[in-house]
Amino acid sequence: MTDFWKSNQRRIAPWLFLAPGLFMFAVYVIIPIFQSLWISLYDWDGLGAKVWIGTANYVELWDDDAFYTSLKNNVIWLILYLLAVPAGLFIAIFLNQTITGMRLYKSLFFFPFVISQVVVGLIFSWFYAPDFGLFYKLIELLTGQSIAILADDRFVTYGIIAAGLWPQIAYVMILYLTGLNNVAPDQIEAARLDGAKGWRMLWYVVLPQLRPATFIAVVVTVIGALRSFDLVSIMTDGGPYGSSRVLSFYMYEQALSEYGYRMGYGAAIAVVLFAIMMVFISGFIWKMWRDESER
Amino acid sequence: MFPRPIEQTSAPAQWLYRIAVPVALILWLLPLIGVAVTSVRPASDLAQGNYFGMPSSLAFSNYRDVFANSPMGAYMLNSFKVTIPTVIGAVALSCMTGFALAIYRFRSNLLVFFLFVAGNFVPFQILMVPVRDLTLHLGMYNSWYGLALFHIAFQTGFCTLFMRNFIKALPFELIEAARVEGVSEVRIFWYVVLPLMRPAIAALSVLIFTFIWNDFFWATVLSNSPESQPITAGLSSLNGQWIAQWHLVSAGSILAAVPPVAMFFLMQRHFIAGLTLGAVK
Amino acid sequence: MVHYARGALALTAALLMTTAAVAQDKRVVKYNADYDPAPLAAMEQVIADFEAANPDIDIQLNNFDHEGYKTAIRNFLTADAPDLANWYAGNRMAPFVTSGQFMDVSDVWEANGLKDSLGSALASMTIDGKQWGVPYTYYQWGIYFNRDAYKAAGVDVPGPEGVSWDQFVSNCEKFAAAGIDCITTGTKALWPGAGIFDYLNLRTNGYEFHMDLTAGKVAWTDDKVRATFAEWAKIQPYVTKNHAAIDWQDAAALLVQGKAANYVMGNFAVAVFKEGGMTNDNLGFMGFPEITPGIARAEEAPTDTVHIPSGAKNVDDAKKFLAYLASADAQNKINAAMGQLPINKASTVADDPFLQAGFQMLSTADGGIAQFFDRDAPAEMAKAGMEGFQEFMVKPENLDAILERLEKIRQKVYQ
Repeated sequence: MTDFWKSNQRRIAPWLFLAPGLFMFAVYVIIPIFQSLWISLYDWDGLGAKVWIGTANYVELWDDDAFYTSLKNNVIWLILYLLAVPAGLFIAIFLNQTITGMRLYKSLFFFPFVISQVVVGLIFSWFYAPDFGLFYKLIELLTGQSIAILADDRFVTYGIIAAGLWPQIAYVMILYLTGLNNVAPDQIEAARLDGAKGWRMLWYVVLPQLRPATFIAVVVTVIGALRSFDLVSIMTDGGPYGSSRVLSFYMYEQALSEYGYRMGYGAAIAVVLFAIMMVFISGFIWKMWRDESER
Repeated sequence: MFPRPIEQTSAPAQWLYRIAVPVALILWLLPLIGVAVTSVRPASDLAQGNYFGMPSSLAFSNYRDVFANSPMGAYMLNSFKVTIPTVIGAVALSCMTGFALAIYRFRSNLLVFFLFVAGNFVPFQILMVPVRDLTLHLGMYNSWYGLALFHIAFQTGFCTLFMRNFIKALPFELIEAARVEGVSEVRIFWYVVLPLMRPAIAALSVLIFTFIWNDFFWATVLSNSPESQPITAGLSSLNGQWIAQWHLVSAGSILAAVPPVAMFFLMQRHFIAGLTLGAVK
Repeated sequence: MVHYARGALALTAALLMTTAAVAQDKRVVKYNADYDPAPLAAMEQVIADFEAANPDIDIQLNNFDHEGYKTAIRNFLTADAPDLANWYAGNRMAPFVTSGQFMDVSDVWEANGLKDSLGSALASMTIDGKQWGVPYTYYQWGIYFNRDAYKAAGVDVPGPEGVSWDQFVSNCEKFAAAGIDCITTGTKALWPGAGIFDYLNLRTNGYEFHMDLTAGKVAWTDDKVRATFAEWAKIQPYVTKNHAAIDWQDAAALLVQGKAANYVMGNFAVAVFKEGGMTNDNLGFMGFPEITPGIARAEEAPTDTVHIPSGAKNVDDAKKFLAYLASADAQNKINAAMGQLPINKASTVADDPFLQAGFQMLSTADGGIAQFFDRDAPAEMAKAGMEGFQEFMVKPENLDAILERLEKIRQKVYQ
């Protein structure tokens, strides 16, 4: 026994170390993904027996207006959420100085990211609140129109995204601040001697060096945009009349909300969301894989 | 340095900058300041339409009301009960998985690693129905440990990525030297590598604490009564009861925000080190 | 001294043992419910009375918060079933009945003559010819109004008999001129809008048609549905503009402040109006005006119920409790505390002008009693319908698209 362990321990040890983590991860993450794929082929209310209906849930999705509303909103989320990347970069550059108290300023700028999205959602709902909300008053003052952002199907998604951008910009900012810290000063100086400054300096000299930070920023922003559930749930509950739904929320609504309990249909929506995410995840993994092999 | 250090510019520009930064900060945090002020605004101010002016008096009693008239205390306790075991569990598991993936060369190493990484990015919704079912069957629905077990498992994905990259950057010679001396693999992990992982453990702990404290989705899916609901889900249901009582909603929001904010301030260095690992190489 | 002390100890021990023995002898009935504080206290009193009459039964009440209960019930029915559970009548209980989660309690109805004493609720408790629970309370819907707002706008205050539909619409114009919302509501949570639809449809097309519509037998694109929306369009401009952004309690505040004159609501709102400072002097109530002349008057009165889950362990005692809850005495007690109406025909209605008016209105409704849109229609149709109502109230010009969408969902839901 001991001999066997001694001669083979370097082959066995990694699996011993991996076992508990892999077990938990398999039970709660890997296997459920396949279970969801399976459930999406059933009609199931979570109470009675599951009824096999094959691809009927997907056929229904194909003709479901609410699904397309959610999909459209997800695209809007994805595009607008990516604004956090340039905005975060801009604030990071603005703050990348060494005046007294800068450390404190930087951490205070980072604040919104630390706070729960539930709280962020409540804060912004209050900002947008009709009749007395600060933002509502501001719009009234500027345009003379009174608009209840969260009850207007034209603006509601943008209003929620604005709330989501607040913490996301803070996150991206901190990524870039660290990145800027590590930009090679000699290259900057050399470029400066060559007469580069402003935009050209940023574009040709600084940004290439910030590439790792940009990669992480894009990854977390894309994932964040597709995962957006908390804010929609807190601020509008998908309303008015379902116009601010996103896929992650629509899935929850179908499966678990008061009028829901269509587990199979919910699972089918989740599978579609998963497929969309997989496109991005595969991209990230492919890039990381390449980086690993280069080492 | 980029941009050009402000010290190298003219005096007026420097002054302008010194003023611009705090002004920008106030604008940036305006929503938060608004809520903080509202949380100590007496209810009578709101009734008279004084929503954004100076509060007529400081009503810290709002906080007392929140604790006295809602299960806020229980919600906060539940959040701690879910968060702390999750931090310990996820960090412990990922120390081991990270060690295994960083130190040993075996054929499926990268495959397992990317399994963890990919799993970490998966949308929660694809897990929702099966995980809820599993938790129900285990009799853990509506309990802090049901939530904590799931969080431990899910966070292991991100933590493994983090730990593995951290250990990979450690000097491998240390391990080889220990192996030459005949130290067993388990003892290498415990006595050689683990002590060097302290900064990573600290960084991960604060990060996971914040993530789990702020989790709303799983709190709604896996719990439904004040006996086990964490503060995010609790605040959401209180929001449904405190219609138009913004002073209470604000006080509740501030209470929900305090622990992660305090954690961030106390452990700032670790927090930022954790978040930005991988953002620079 | 020591002697006495020892004796006292022995006595205490003996007492402890007997109470323990009694507790063991008692048969436990677990009851999951979702009461607000006032009804909770009343129900605890009802339970105490029941236990006094049945000393060998111990009812253990496990109270949930109101909103959380709606999702919790799905879990505990399958995972850890109690012996009794609160729910709602009508189609709202259908999923639990068809999936076999609720027990058939027709024998309780039969043995206690409930088909007679609870006759008004029999239809809404019956599926497949069997009864699946016992109703204990209901409440009327109608129009609550602020008399001061009427006076401020120079509009004649309606009497107890209400006003005609034409009068109501023309009143709205006067309120608009005075800068007062003729009708207020808050549709953020969707359901308040359904109350307005239900009444418009009941008054335009009658009870039978309304029931056929919620049962999926009529197309949403039917001309009769369009007729209902045509009536709705008459008052749509006079509804509080931001209704989709506010909750029903926010809208109640508008009525209290006199910024709005009328509110189509359930009787539970009276407590909120009075909390806001209104009294019986300036708060008024009237039935919803007649629209199509001569149509039998139907009203809306949601019923709350108690059921026995199929997984219940102590069915016999649970049935005993249901029989007790159906009695006039128990229903008097709990409804006086809730400010709602008892169902047992031998019970008395509390001395409150709104309850009396509601009781009068409901007991003379010859058209029929509807539950509520989300209790009469199945869940998926209810959700889609209420979204459609909200959209119509914001954008009436979308009517065709809304009705086509609802019709598509109808064909899917009721296959």
